[in-house]
Amino acid sequence: MAAVVRTSGAATSELKKKSLVPYFLLAPGLIWLALFFVAPIITLVSTATKTPGVGIGEFVQTYRWANYLDAITGSAAQFSRSFLYATIATLLALAIAYPLAYGIAFKSGKYKNILLVLVVAPFFCSFILRTIAWKQILGQNGPLFRLLLDLHIVSDTTHLTASAPAVIIGLAYNFLPFMTLPLYGSLERIDPRVLEASGDLYANAFTTFRKVTVPLSMPGVVAGTLLTFIPATGDYVNAEILGNPSTKMIGNVINAQFLNTQDYPLAASLSFILMIIISVLVMIYIRKAGTEELV
Amino acid sequence: MKTLTRWFSRNLIRIYMVLGFTYLFIPVAYTFVFSFNDYIKSNLVWRGFTFNNWKNPCGVLDVCPALGNSMKIGLLATFIATILGTLIAFALGRYAFKGRAVTNTLIFLPMASPELVLGASLLTIFLNLGMNLGFWTIVIAHVMFCISFVVVTVKARIASLDPRLEQAAMDLYADERETFRRVTFPLVAPGIAGAALLAFSLSFDDFIITNFNSGTTITFPLYVYTHAERGLPAQANVIGSAMFFLALLIVVAGQIVGKKVKVGK
Repeated sequence: MAAVVRTSGAATSELKKKSLVPYFLLAPGLIWLALFFVAPIITLVSTATKTPGVGIGEFVQTYRWANYLDAITGSAAQFSRSFLYATIATLLALAIAYPLAYGIAFKSGKYKNILLVLVVAPFFCSFILRTIAWKQILGQNGPLFRLLLDLHIVSDTTHLTASAPAVIIGLAYNFLPFMTLPLYGSLERIDPRVLEASGDLYANAFTTFRKVTVPLSMPGVVAGTLLTFIPATGDYVNAEILGNPSTKMIGNVINAQFLNTQDYPLAASLSFILMIIISVLVMIYIRKAGTEELV
Repeated sequence: MKTLTRWFSRNLIRIYMVLGFTYLFIPVAYTFVFSFNDYIKSNLVWRGFTFNNWKNPCGVLDVCPALGNSMKIGLLATFIATILGTLIAFALGRYAFKGRAVTNTLIFLPMASPELVLGASLLTIFLNLGMNLGFWTIVIAHVMFCISFVVVTVKARIASLDPRLEQAAMDLYADERETFRRVTFPLVAPGIAGAALLAFSLSFDDFIITNFNSGTTITFPLYVYTHAERGLPAQANVIGSAMFFLALLIVVAGQIVGKKVKVGK
């Protein structure tokens, strides 16, 4: 991971070399992260191999590594469903966000800043409220369903909510700004002269887009897809509100184990497995995509 | 027909943008419209137009205390995370030091971990330490996940600065401290403001991590989630819509002020 997050911006030679100042600047923030990010992850890992003790709700460390095996075999369906839904939602969000970001970067003139603000604006109207709004819009009493019913596209027995497509639409929707902003960032940085040069060399608009614009926007694609895929995989709110029992994702399982069943070792091993799978996928993906600028 | 096809291909991107923004704003518009619903008990079916919900946003039990908690937590977490994150961003953007790779990894990892894992692992450590869950555990959690976003935002701003501006200040006999105070910091300030706004919106809207570490404290997203089953009062829509317009107002005002400052110089 260290190689991945290596900064490629300012050359180190330009930076000031002072022995202690940077450490004073880093210390408060990094101590906070060490205490409330690193230490909790370590606790999580150590909880994962515990087994129930004598008292109710008490767990003792027995290094039972088989907990991981139990966790993965017990929830294999939810794991694969999470990755499937997150992948489809990420692709959907990319398909919606790319033209949006492209339009904002190249076709919006003086409205650029306003449009950018509008991309983030839905964030401020609570995420849960918006997901509930989707449920009601897609629901049988909702405006969309009524419209489709009048157009004879759906019948009374069709359900738009409580289904896998509803969960995926919700996921894609929730993380759309996370996809759009990095895409915009990398598209906006493209020098228009490069695109002109491509045209001068007899490339038509489509070839220019495919051979110049897309490769140059790859850092944005990588950042955007990661910022969508990672939270989408661990999400349980969309599956809870827009799904049904057969669309439960791994987040629903972990949440229920932690907060309802209170089987902390199982919940911890599930969380850790999720984190490991995501990290491995992310590393493979970054290697393949060949980008190093992430932070 | 031919002209129509040509119009379409010429405006394809614009049509697509309209569709994209429509998708983004459908739930917001729905929330706004239903904030005017003359509802009884649950705000599911349209029953008629009223201003009553807007006149009396705190008319429902618990909704305003929840909003108050979200505001307090959001402001406190933003304040702490912005300071800690900005310091790290300056260290990364301005100094050479050993341990840079470790620092970058430590900043990157929280952003690359699902919220569920962050929330769950914090809960395990709070339980192990026997800490009481509530207001302060939420603040701690929010600062933790906001720091990385602040670092990334401020660092990008520092990296985009023209180094010649600082050199010019030094050439004009400003010492290092004065250069920082009168040149570097004012130039980075918009980035810090942007980072603070981002941190506040992340904190204010967070549900998953908060839900793990809240104990009996209710924030606005928690309120909405727990009341969704029994039927949400329209007051929640009022607050959601009001926050949306307030945020737009702040951003637009910030842009206008930013332009004025630039012109003024």
